[in-house]
Amino acid sequence: MITMNNVSKHYGSFQVLTECSTQVQKGEVIVVCGPSGSGKSTLIKVVNGLEPFQSGEIIVNGLSVGDPKTNLSKLRSMVGMVFQNFELFPHMSIIDNLCIAQTKVLHRTQEVARDKGLKLLERVGLSAQAAKFPGQLSGGQQQRVAIARALAMDPICMLFDEPTSALDPEMVNEVLDVMTELAREGMTMMCVTHEMGFAKRVASRVIFMDQGRIVEDDSKEAFFANPRSERAQQFLAKILHH
Amino acid sequence: MYEFDWSSIPNALPFLWDGMMISLQITATAVIIGIVWGTLLALMRLSPIKPLSWFAAGYVNLFRAVPLVMVLLWFFLIVPHLLESLFGFPRGSDMRLGSAMAGFALFEAAYYSEIMRAGIQSVPKGQMSAASALGMTYAQGMRLVVLPQAFRNMVPLLLTQGIILFQDTSLVYVSALADFFGAAYKVGDRDGRLVELLLFAGAVYFVICFTASRIVRHYQQKLKTA
Ligand SMILES: Nc1ncnc2c1ncn2[C@@H]1O[C@H](COP(=O)(O)OP(=O)(O)OP(=O)(O)O)[C@@H](O)[C@H]1O
Ligand SMILES: [Mg+2]
Repeated sequence: MITMNNVSKHYGSFQVLTECSTQVQKGEVIVVCGPSGSGKSTLIKVVNGLEPFQSGEIIVNGLSVGDPKTNLSKLRSMVGMVFQNFELFPHMSIIDNLCIAQTKVLHRTQEVARDKGLKLLERVGLSAQAAKFPGQLSGGQQQRVAIARALAMDPICMLFDEPTSALDPEMVNEVLDVMTELAREGMTMMCVTHEMGFAKRVASRVIFMDQGRIVEDDSKEAFFANPRSERAQQFLAKILHH
Repeated sequence: MYEFDWSSIPNALPFLWDGMMISLQITATAVIIGIVWGTLLALMRLSPIKPLSWFAAGYVNLFRAVPLVMVLLWFFLIVPHLLESLFGFPRGSDMRLGSAMAGFALFEAAYYSEIMRAGIQSVPKGQMSAASALGMTYAQGMRLVVLPQAFRNMVPLLLTQGIILFQDTSLVYVSALADFFGAAYKVGDRDGRLVELLLFAGAVYFVICFTASRIVRHYQQKLKTA
């Protein structure tokens, strides 16, 4: 589904990604973790071309992301993305947030888009909020809407960038529950997260990054039992202590 | 002691009203065209295509560096000749109103463009990322996501600029166009009651602009608490 071969990216002389390679099969859930600034966000943003990269190759569903001939908008419409700060559109109601890309990008009719939107809102437990505006919802509710908005496009895979790290602790679980359910249904996912409980429950593999490199790329059992690198050991010791 | 005599005002009211309509017409066209053209200039200015960005920067800097009255005079003197030679408009047809509207619109666009540029930059970067991630093109992201928010954030400033513009329409007196100010001046001059007419006109400008800026202030408060 997603293949990365020796992907490198730099800002000026600063190397953000160094020769990153990995593969994600259909139905796999990959958890990406690592210290702050290690390039996790950048790693998933190059997958849908939100960040350009200078060398290497990324293939998503047979399409080359770096190829100038690829229609990036079309590719992005097939890849769902959920952001740390939700990024709901504050000037639109919840239901309009769910419909706008369906109608403007996929050219679905308003009725079809609305039906789909309402079904997805029900699925994330927010049917009652359809007519409200994002500012009237709690952080946890907003993030669930953001997930529903991405799902409304019928994505072939989902990218998550620290979806729970901007949330109050009591709201983290409602979002993780939605993500867990998605994973159980077989959605292909790449999640940047430090929620190790979530990783233990649903991850197929864990990628550990440090200074722009993929340092570990292992099954979750192997990663949690005995991480090979010292950096990952330290990281785990710190994060599991909290 | 000067004896005030207000008696020439009641009879002049229809003429003054016509003048007010001209002032409002100029304001409305200049605000609408100015905002549309100003928004396009702001988009060009922020665009990664260098020539567009240079053009917009040049335009804005030029118009902001010359006095409005001069721009208006250019338009009164040049535009009629241009239309005459380009489209064969009959010589001597009165194009002062059209020239005034065009001059104000193009001049104000420079100011509106700076307001819209600040507005676009006030929208968090993540909003465009989210639009792109949903498969929207840059143009769709701008039109559907960024610009509506930029606009909403900037409504108070856009309206305030509109109020200033309304006051500035009095500058069309340089072309002897009978806008509200021009009409008041003409009546006062004719009846030898310039002081009364100008006091009256000043009071009208004050009431309109003061009320309008109160409304803007009220809207601004509402926006802040929302
Ligand atoms: N536009 C930019 N220009 C220069 N450097 C950048 C830019 N964006 C990111 N970086 C740098 O690239 C590095 C990787 O950034 P990235 O956001 O991918 O890290 P991250 O692992 O997601 O960190 P965090 O846990 O803080 O979210 C960081 O050191 C960051 O400072
Ligand atoms: Mg990050």
